[in-house]
This record gives sequence, structure tokens and C-alpha cells, in this order.
Amino acid sequence: MTSTELGLPALPAKPYPAEVHARLAEDAAELIGRYPVARSALLPLLHLVQAEEGFVSPSGIRFCAEQLELTTAEVTGVATFYTMYRRRPAGTYHVGVCTNTLCAVLGGDQIFDELQQHLGIKNNETTADGEISIEHIECNAACDYAPVVMVNWEFFDNQTPESAKQLVDDLRAGRDVLPTRGAKLCSFKDTARVLAGFADERPGVVDASGAGGAPSMAGLRLARGETLPGTPGTKVVAPRHEGTEA
Amino acid sequence: MTSAEPAEKLLSPVLSDCWDDDRPWTLDTYLRHQGYQGLRAALAMPPDDVIALVKDSGLRGRGGAGFPTGLKWQFIPQNDGKPHYLVVNADESEPGTCKDIPLLFANPHSLIEGMIIASYAIRCDHAFIYLRGEVVPVLRRLQAAVAEAYAAGYLGKNILGSGIDLDITVHAGAGAYICGEETALLDSLEGRRGQPRLRPPFPAIAGLYACPTVVNNVESIASVPPILTRGKEWFKSLGTEKSPGFTLYSLSGHVTNPGQYEAPLGVTLRQILDISGGVRAGHRLKFWTPGGSSTPMFTDAHLDVPLDYEGVGAAGSMLGTKALQIFDETTCVVRAVTRWTEFYAHESCGKCTPCREGTYWLVQLLRRIEAGEGVQGDLEKLLDIADNINGKSFCALGDGAASPIVSSLQYFRSEYERHLTERRCPFDPAASTVWAHRSTHESATEREVHA
Ligand SMILES: Cc1cc2nc3c(=O)[nH]c(=O)nc-3n(C[C@H](O)[C@H](O)[C@H](O)COP(=O)(O)O)c2cc1C
Ligand code: SF4
Ligand code: FES
Repeated sequence: MTSTELGLPALPAKPYPAEVHARLAEDAAELIGRYPVARSALLPLLHLVQAEEGFVSPSGIRFCAEQLELTTAEVTGVATFYTMYRRRPAGTYHVGVCTNTLCAVLGGDQIFDELQQHLGIKNNETTADGEISIEHIECNAACDYAPVVMVNWEFFDNQTPESAKQLVDDLRAGRDVLPTRGAKLCSFKDTARVLAGFADERPGVVDASGAGGAPSMAGLRLARGETLPGTPGTKVVAPRHEGTEA
Repeated sequence: MTSAEPAEKLLSPVLSDCWDDDRPWTLDTYLRHQGYQGLRAALAMPPDDVIALVKDSGLRGRGGAGFPTGLKWQFIPQNDGKPHYLVVNADESEPGTCKDIPLLFANPHSLIEGMIIASYAIRCDHAFIYLRGEVVPVLRRLQAAVAEAYAAGYLGKNILGSGIDLDITVHAGAGAYICGEETALLDSLEGRRGQPRLRPPFPAIAGLYACPTVVNNVESIASVPPILTRGKEWFKSLGTEKSPGFTLYSLSGHVTNPGQYEAPLGVTLRQILDISGGVRAGHRLKFWTPGGSSTPMFTDAHLDVPLDYEGVGAAGSMLGTKALQIFDETTCVVRAVTRWTEFYAHESCGKCTPCREGTYWLVQLLRRIEAGEGVQGDLEKLLDIADNINGKSFCALGDGAASPIVSSLQYFRSEYERHLTERRCPFDPAASTVWAHRSTHESATEREVHA
């Protein structure tokens, strides 16, 4: 189990400045309108306030509570249940290394160790320049691309310690970084806004990176009569011929 | 089917069939592949006939439990004056499971079409997709596909002139494996902590907002349109009698070609390894999961188990999510099980004592065994705790937590004992990495394809 800060009630949270409040209230109204019952919009609203500040602050909790007519204790209880809501600011780029069993065994443990050393930070910490935060994550539904690293929840598949270190160096140097599956990175805050339910308006982001890498297509290629790499033992089958099938 | 079957005969791409076409996530491409034809066929039938068709096809849920999909729809009371809801479970977080996410990334419209058909059948005018949050590229494509479907008149008011209305809300979760459990998912979708509910009442009677609700897995719903277009007989001609149809098998781990292999239910791991290049060069199969970490593990003795609900069940495990995670002889089973158990302890929602306390103590025991600090009696204690969780927890997460422990002790007890007697882990984790393999690459001709 990870250590938890209990978020015990401190001083009453400050409200957002008036103009921030007005802007977010408009967004909140749109999100709430998508559900038959307002409270269903709580997870989206928590993503929304995380998009504003890079974490869920006491002010963010207060905002959500006001919008949904809940107590701040009720909202805090929900926010602390889910791992994606941060209680401290994430870096501009939040790096998650999968260390669930399959990725860990295939090299995720080593990637995570070497990244921490390389960056000089530990699990759930952020570099002093505020650029990179790092966390080990659970299985991200990409085991056929193991070992997997996520940055701002875009996929960086088939990583090695070297490629992962290069990745964070590129991010800190401001170089363009493209995920293997996903769109050109935006900031952690911008990502949280998409999670709240607002479309990413940048041109080309939906189409970026194709339909999937080689693992997604593996069975399909075989079914089309192609061979897969590294399978000298497998038979080369002729292209599909409906008529000859039994 | 024999293992000599050529790949093209063994495999049956249906869901994945258009993934290699140009931009398969777009409506245009989907329409070129009979997209939304299943919906047109459904709208031409009375809703009850759609339910009957899906029931007769024998389609079973692909989210893990294999419950008959049509029967689930039939449980929704009709003319009860209450709103009905369809909630698609796209939480995909069971370790090893990686089918719904690539499916949604490549072709989100297949889910949307299935949702419209299901909503029509159960008389629902507001459906939800609960997508795990940590997959933003998939979220973008789902949002875009839903918008496209609205613009084209497949969603919104009076769909295709049928008089039927449907709204779909795409909802991103926030990181919690337990929210994949259907009642915890509903609590989460209501804006609460994701903790399972007491059943009965089942969601079909009191689900979302206490209204009749169907919760189905992504792959279950995406499998519905082809049944409408091609018919139940075609569907039943694939797979086995009690497990008809096609499905996505997700191969991962120490294999030559990990990935998605869509095949009729009932193929074997040996067949899938045969066509895909086998276990990685120079290594042999040690243990594997048939359907994610919550399904009891198998060994090389189970290569010929038919991978359908009955076959895997008879061999002592569960088909689960068909997540075939392959580990070769370099892998320490104690390390693997410790990590999975840490996952269950982390994800335990805390509602019931056996799971909350039990998973904690399992982790303490396993960590010390893995570190070579275990003592005599630890293995019995492990089994004792696992036994106190299994079947005695509030939801199936607890049962899942016990699975890797009980099954690994069944097949690899001597390996646990070596950790105790040698007072260390006898394995080198570096040997299991992908790059260890690269640096000591053996000639391809000498390799063992698999056990
Ligand atoms: C701990 C736990 C996690 C689960 N996670 C998922 C999941 O991520 N996706 C899913 O479809 N079903 C998941 N399930 C199963 C669901 O409870 C439910 O059975 C399923 O969504 C029903 O859909 P189906 O009938 O179409 O298979 C999970 C169950 C448990 C106990
Ligand atoms: S078994 Fe675990 S996850 Fe399920 S209700 Fe109990 S504590 Fe929660
Ligand atoms: S174990 Fe890493 S993505 Fe599944």
C-alpha cells in the first residue's frame, strides 16, 4: 500500500478567483448537462479542476462541491479514492512506468529504476524544474506492447531503459516527442481537460499514429496469408482463397 | 482443428477485419465494411426479436464471466415506466487484458453500432461508455466517433427515421481497477467511490440511478452487429457448441509475436503459438494465464486445453478475458505472484475485511519469501489466508487475488520451497527482460518453438 496524506481539514479552502470561477462554472454546466443526475458529473469535474491546476487542490474540491451541492468532505472522499487525481502538482509531463507483473518481468522494473536514477527523483516526485513527474502504474491494457511507458496517458510502447531515458531528456529539452500510439504530447493539464470530456481541438490529433502497432495487427496479418517477423519456422501460407476452404 | 492448421484457416478476423484498412476509426471506412448495416437490420425487427436473436446466437459476455448476453438483455423489465440504461464496461484493467483498448482505438464505431442495437432492444434512450481514464488516445477516438455518429443521424433524435432516440455519453474513469466490477462501476458513474453493491438486486432490476440497467463489456457489444448482418447460424458455425463465435485472444509476454489473434472460441494455446512463432527463441513455456491474473495459472501441461468457457473451466481455471500472458523458464513464479498480489492489495476497495486485510498480509508474506527471508510454515499460512479470502469476500476481486497464489503453489510449490531453503531468489531478473534476449540471441534454427 502506498503512503497516503489524509487531507485532514485545514483552513477553509480559498475559492477560485472570480474569472477562473466563471469560466469553470460554464464548463461545469456543460458537463453536468450530459447526465440525468448531476452527481454523475463529479469525476469529470475533478478532471476539470485538475486541468486548471495540475492537481486537485482544496479550491478545486470546493468548486466541485459547490457545483453539485455536495459537502467538501463528500468530494474529498471521492477524489482520494481514484489514483489519477493528484494531491500534488504533476510535472508538465507525467511519466507512468508499468510495473505490473508482465511489464515488470519483461523489463519495466529496470526501466523504472533507471529512470528514477536518471532523473534523481523517486516514485510520485517531480523534477525541480517542474517538467517531469514519475510514477509506477498498473497494467495499462497494453501488455502486447510490453514494456510500456505512458506520458500524459499517451502510449510509448516497447520501451527499453535507453529509450525511456532518451524520452525524458527530449521532453526536458523541449524537443517534439511522438507517442507510438496517440497524438503529439500536450501538457498534463491539457490532457486532464480531454479527460473531463472536452474534445482535443488540435488539428490531426484524432488521426495521429494510425490504427495500432504490429501487435494489434499480428493475427490479422496471419489471416491475410502474410508471415510475421522472426517466425522462420512457420509456414508461408498462400493468400486467402475462399474457394479452397473446407 | 489440428495444430497443423494454417493460420488463415485457424483465425477468423471479424472485429479486427477492417483494422488494416485506411483510417478504420472513421465512419467512412466503417461504412465500407458493412458498418451500421446491423443497425438497419435491427431497426426493421421488433426489439424483442433482436433480444431473441442475440440470445439464440449463444453470444456470451466477453468481460470475464461469460454470461449469455441476450439473456441479460431479457432480464430488463419492460413497460415498467422507468428509464432503462445501457452501460458499456470499457474499464479494461485486469492485468494482462489488452483487447478492448486496441479494438476501440482501431474501430470505435463497431462499439457504437452495437450500443445502438442493444439500446433499441432493451428500450434505452441514454447509454454510457465508462472508459478507464489512462488511455487518452482511445478517449479522443471515442469522442470523435460519437460526434460523427450524431452528425450522421445514427445518434440523437429519431435515429435513421425510426422514431427511436438515443444519446451516448463518453465517461472517463480516474484509475481504479475495482470500477471494472459492474456494480462498483455504477457507483462510480453516479459520482461516488467505486465500491461494489450488494446483489440482489441485480443491475437489471436496480442499476444506474436504481433503474434497470444492462452492463456489458466492449467486446460483447461490438460482437452484436455482425450477428445482425450475418445471422445467428453463421455465428454458431464458429466456435464450440456452448461457446459459439469468435473472440480476441491477446497474446503477451515471452513470445515471438505478441498481439491480438482473433479466432473461433476453442482454439488452443498450442495452436496460437504454432502460427505466431512460439515462445521467444531459445526458451520454453513455464506458466501462463488463460484470462488475466485473476484466472488460475496454467503450465505447459495445458497447451491443448480448448480455450472456451467449458474447456478452461474443466481444466481448473477460467477463460476470463482471454489474456494469454506467457512466461518462460527465466521467470520466477514467486516474483510474478508477489507483484500480482501487490496489485490486488493496492486495488482492494476496502469494503470487506477478508480482502482488505487478507491481501495486505499476503503481500507481507510474499515479499519476505521472495527476499529469501521466509520461514517454515509461510506457505501454509499463504494458503490459509488465500482460503479465507476466496469465496468469502464481498466481490470477485477477492477470489481473483487468491487465484495466482493457490494455482502457483499447486504447480510450483518446490520453487517456493527453494526460496525458503536457499534463503534467496534463485532467479536473475535480467534474464527475463526483452533486451536480455536480444543480447544473447541464438540462431533461429536452434530454437525451441515452445514446450
Ligand atoms: C474486480 C473486477 C474487475 C472487472 N473488470 C472488468 C473490466 O475491466 N471490463 C469488463 O468488461 N468487465 C470487468 N469485470 C466484469 C464485470 O463485473 C461484468 O461481469 C462485465 O462487465 C459484464 O459484461 P459481459 O456480460 O458483457 O461480459 C470485472 C469484474 C471484477 C470482479
Ligand atoms: S472483495 Fe475487495 S474489492 Fe471486493 S468489496 Fe471486498 S474489499 Fe472491495
Ligand atoms: S502489464 Fe504492463 S500494460 Fe499490462
